[in-house]
Amino acid sequence: MRLSAANLTWRAAGRAIVEDVSLEVRSGEFLALVGPNGSGKSTLIAMLAGLKRPHGGAVALDDRPLAALPRREAARLLALVEQQAETGERLTARQAVELGRTPHLGALVPWSGRDEAIVREALEAVDMALLTDRMWHSLSGGERQRLHIARALAQEPKVLILDEPTNHLDVEHQLGLLALVRRRGGTVLAALHDLNHAAMFADRIAVMQAGRLVALGTPADVLTPDLVAAVFKVRASIETGPDHRPFIRYAPPAPAPAETPAW
Amino acid sequence: MSRPGLPAARVLGLAAAALVLLLAALVFGAAVGETRIPFDTVAKAVANRLWAGGHALDPIDEGIVWNYRLSRAVVASACGAALAVSGAVLQSLLRNPLADPYLLGISAGASSGAVAVAILGLGGGLLSLPLGALTGALLAFGLVSGLAVLAGRGLAAIILAGVAGSQLFNALTAFVVTKSATADQARGIMFWLLGNLSGVRWPDAGLAVPVALVGLAVCLVHARTLDAFAFGTASAAALGIPVRRVRAVLIGATALMTAVMVSIVGSIGFVGLVIPHAARLVVGVRHGALLPASALIGALFMIAADVLSRTLLPGQVLPIGVMTALVGAPAFALILIHRPVVGGMGAR
Repeated sequence: MRLSAANLTWRAAGRAIVEDVSLEVRSGEFLALVGPNGSGKSTLIAMLAGLKRPHGGAVALDDRPLAALPRREAARLLALVEQQAETGERLTARQAVELGRTPHLGALVPWSGRDEAIVREALEAVDMALLTDRMWHSLSGGERQRLHIARALAQEPKVLILDEPTNHLDVEHQLGLLALVRRRGGTVLAALHDLNHAAMFADRIAVMQAGRLVALGTPADVLTPDLVAAVFKVRASIETGPDHRPFIRYAPPAPAPAETPAW
Repeated sequence: MSRPGLPAARVLGLAAAALVLLLAALVFGAAVGETRIPFDTVAKAVANRLWAGGHALDPIDEGIVWNYRLSRAVVASACGAALAVSGAVLQSLLRNPLADPYLLGISAGASSGAVAVAILGLGGGLLSLPLGALTGALLAFGLVSGLAVLAGRGLAAIILAGVAGSQLFNALTAFVVTKSATADQARGIMFWLLGNLSGVRWPDAGLAVPVALVGLAVCLVHARTLDAFAFGTASAAALGIPVRRVRAVLIGATALMTAVMVSIVGSIGFVGLVIPHAARLVVGVRHGALLPASALIGALFMIAADVLSRTLLPGQVLPIGVMTALVGAPAFALILIHRPVVGGMGAR
């Protein structure tokens, strides 16, 4: 399923947070969204997931406008993993994942063995099958993050949107998670902080800067020393790995000007 | 902890057990009082009235059981259930463990309405005190929700609008009472503000019971939807919940339920705040179990509080709100101490 955005704009207090962004996540593609803090990634994601109604432009799933889809139907096609969603409820790990079945259940469609199996699979996929009865508040940040992802998987979406899904995770689980999302197939849009993760796993990379889309293309095309310097304000050299994907080696920041005291 | 779908047989069994408990509590409420009436007499009186049992009873005993105590216990149970369910729903919906059914200005509005009728003589005798209270409650709720909509969509806006509305109507009530009420009127109003089941008769039960049942049904239909609010409104929306519509329906339903109960018995505090927390400790957080459990515990608690308020001081009836707060506040303190410390209290 294809997720497309046409001329999306979002303003807050008269300032454009996202301005005139058009992009298309192709069916089955893994598109990474990168950009510095405050570049508008999260706002763009909220619009793409249908949580914020754009002030300009429109989002479509295949050729159906997202705004015209009932929320429940949209949630069967598209799942979102937010940054840091928390709860004060005494939920167990399994219950947090079971919520993912919500859009598939109804008054006439009760919980079934199939739902049970889907939840179990999702818990196994994120390596949380042994902690299913633990209380939410007793889990670490990384474990909670993996449960959020399991909940999204339990939604069985055609399109998976992730907002910095690797926050809080250790290296093993960062790579494991991205590999899992990649392996699972389906259309994926993931906002990522780590440019090397984007280079390793994404088919294409979209770069945001100050609310605008400034580059969109394959990792090798997009991740150039010039772009990294212009957008992220760091010096880097780009190597090409054996898989022909770029690898970014950051240089330490330039020495501070002489008049700045080194505290 | 229960799975999302319990076997139908177990659900029926639990429902039957709940019903038996409730009936036992009602009989208990009818038997205990200043003159103790044997359970056997209570059963016979009920049989006489419901299906012309033809038992020979002292007409005074029968009158006390049927006209006075049983109607009172039935109304108490309906109010307890409605307030507890409303509290549970609002706590989940607003993601605030301190939410209670009076959060949205309903009790403040009801007392203003009651005062306006009782002291200012608004409505020229056409409006009864309960009708005045109901009007005041709905007016306050309308004002508070209007303010919340104007203030923005956030949860904080709803809670703050409720605080502002409640303060305004409480001030209006205090103003009228201080300016115009005689000492007797002020005392009567005070009694009513703390909850009062003394004047309750069968017609009140005829209103309270259907309203509580319909309200509970509306909330139960949304049980799974309420579960989906566990991680906040954005998360609920991502799970396919039409957040604004659900919020409007459920807040409206709880407001109506609460307004009707307050207009019958006054604003009885703490039930809507504490009972949902107690129910969570017993059955967990899933609303399919939490809402019926809140309703049952609320009903039982209220019957017990009423019995206590009638029997604690010989020859004197305490306002039931005093009993619910005296028991509720320490219980709430205990629950607070044992609550897991987590973020997200009312955030987002």
